[in-house]
Amino acid sequence: MRGKFNKSSLIGWQFVLLPSALILLFSFYPMIQSFILSFESGKGNVSHFVGLGNYTRLFSDPMFRQALFNTLLYLVIQVPIMLILGLVIAHLLNSPKLKFKGFYRTAIFLPCVTALVSYSILFKSMFAVDGIFNQMLLNLHIISEPVAWLLDPVWARVVIILAITWRWTGYNMIFYLSAMQNVDPSVYEAASIDGASKFRQFVSITIPMLKPIILFTAIISTNGTLQLFDEVVNITNGGPGNSTMTISQYIYNLSFVYTPNFGYAATVSYAIVVIVAVLAVLQLKVGGEKK
Amino acid sequence: MKHLGAIGKHTFLIIASFVSLFPFAWMITGMTNSSSDIVKGKFSFGSEFMNNVNKLFDQADVATAFTNSFVIAIVSTLLTLILCSMAGYGFEVYRTKGTDRLFGLLMLSMMMPFAAIMIPLFKLFSTWGLLNSATAVILPGMTTAFMIFFFLQNTKSFPRELLQAGRVDGLNELKLFTHIYVPTMKPTYAAAAIITFMANWNNFLWPLIALQSPEKKTLPLVVSSLASSYNPDYGIIMVAIIITTIPTIVIFFLLQKQFVQGMLGSVK
Repeated sequence: MRGKFNKSSLIGWQFVLLPSALILLFSFYPMIQSFILSFESGKGNVSHFVGLGNYTRLFSDPMFRQALFNTLLYLVIQVPIMLILGLVIAHLLNSPKLKFKGFYRTAIFLPCVTALVSYSILFKSMFAVDGIFNQMLLNLHIISEPVAWLLDPVWARVVIILAITWRWTGYNMIFYLSAMQNVDPSVYEAASIDGASKFRQFVSITIPMLKPIILFTAIISTNGTLQLFDEVVNITNGGPGNSTMTISQYIYNLSFVYTPNFGYAATVSYAIVVIVAVLAVLQLKVGGEKK
Repeated sequence: MKHLGAIGKHTFLIIASFVSLFPFAWMITGMTNSSSDIVKGKFSFGSEFMNNVNKLFDQADVATAFTNSFVIAIVSTLLTLILCSMAGYGFEVYRTKGTDRLFGLLMLSMMMPFAAIMIPLFKLFSTWGLLNSATAVILPGMTTAFMIFFFLQNTKSFPRELLQAGRVDGLNELKLFTHIYVPTMKPTYAAAAIITFMANWNNFLWPLIALQSPEKKTLPLVVSSLASSYNPDYGIIMVAIIITTIPTIVIFFLLQKQFVQGMLGSVK
């Protein structure tokens, strides 16, 4: 019996060995290398040990502060807006007698099939100074003269937030919708009989029932936003004057655009690692407590 | 009152659908207009379509970029399906304390930001002399903790009796996998294939770093470099964007069900 068990576990290892080795090689090994690199500085491949030098530089680096601020700003504003919007749309689509449900669902999900680069450039063209978005607003008399969306530090950030929300709301909505369809309708019937309003039902039944999936989407959205790169590079390329630059773009610039300093870039990258880890623990705590 | 609620709902959903669909309409009309008309916000069909197509094919080697993207996406998808399904199957069917620990460790890689590993990866591939090749793009992405997790989750609903029956029929352990597991799990493979293909087709940051010469570039890189020139020609960019988007839209409409299942499959 014991021999059989060992044989079976050996077969298991044969199935998992190669894929695991590849992940260790292409994720864990670079993670460790990056950590070692974060204590070195220099140009390109020539670098020397500087101890905590890069880390002290990090705290007094205005560009890093700007990139960190931008990234956290996108996170704090965009993720909640998108998740709430996704929840509301999923809730509306979940009403059993709603007409054109299939059309709405497909339409709102469709942005998810676009490449990040492609939709970013579409947004860039729509928000040109003489572009279609300004014209619409002018025709609706919301603005009296064109806004230079991408040339203004605040509006440029707004455009990036709008773009990301456009691309990902439908994605999150699908998760919520599928979770809502698993909620037993009799729960709502009972609540109706007790006189709970629709809004009340949404807040007191739907949201608590969906807590695990909301937590899941919050974590993946947070992770995605902290790594934001494609959109910013293609909509504003970080401008005007670094006002939209994210940490990922700063790391890319430090490594491949400015005079390459892989050591310092690695240090900056560990800032994201720390933030990702802290936020994940925080979200799991908040999400777990109220269960 | 009840009517009012329905009208409100539909108004909201119509606005949401309009906002979602508008950029698609914008790119479709855009490809028939000149760059100056697009920047001026012309939202109607023009007569520049063939002109834009010709200019695009003059300025950029779109056919090569399409082939590069396609080869990378297909090869990556095949390798991902083989490697990650093997691992997901192994971790679930032959579960031991040791493999569980390894699995937990691998899951940590989902939390690793790509920005933190891209520099050592770049150095690694440069040492191997593999930069600027499709191999460099394919290798790091072909095994992901996410896809292993996805297969493991789906393997939980795989009927184990089939394996026992196969053993009675004298199949060895590898054949159990290839002859019983793989055919039974076709829907899971289909969903995984769609998600993986899309991710690779649309990938930007790593190819941007790994591929330098023009003839190696993938579609997103070509689209991005067309748009980042000093005076971008939006007419040809719209055509390039459409070419990039068509395959994913076709896959979505043909395989909508598997597409959504693939997305949801990991959170069962």
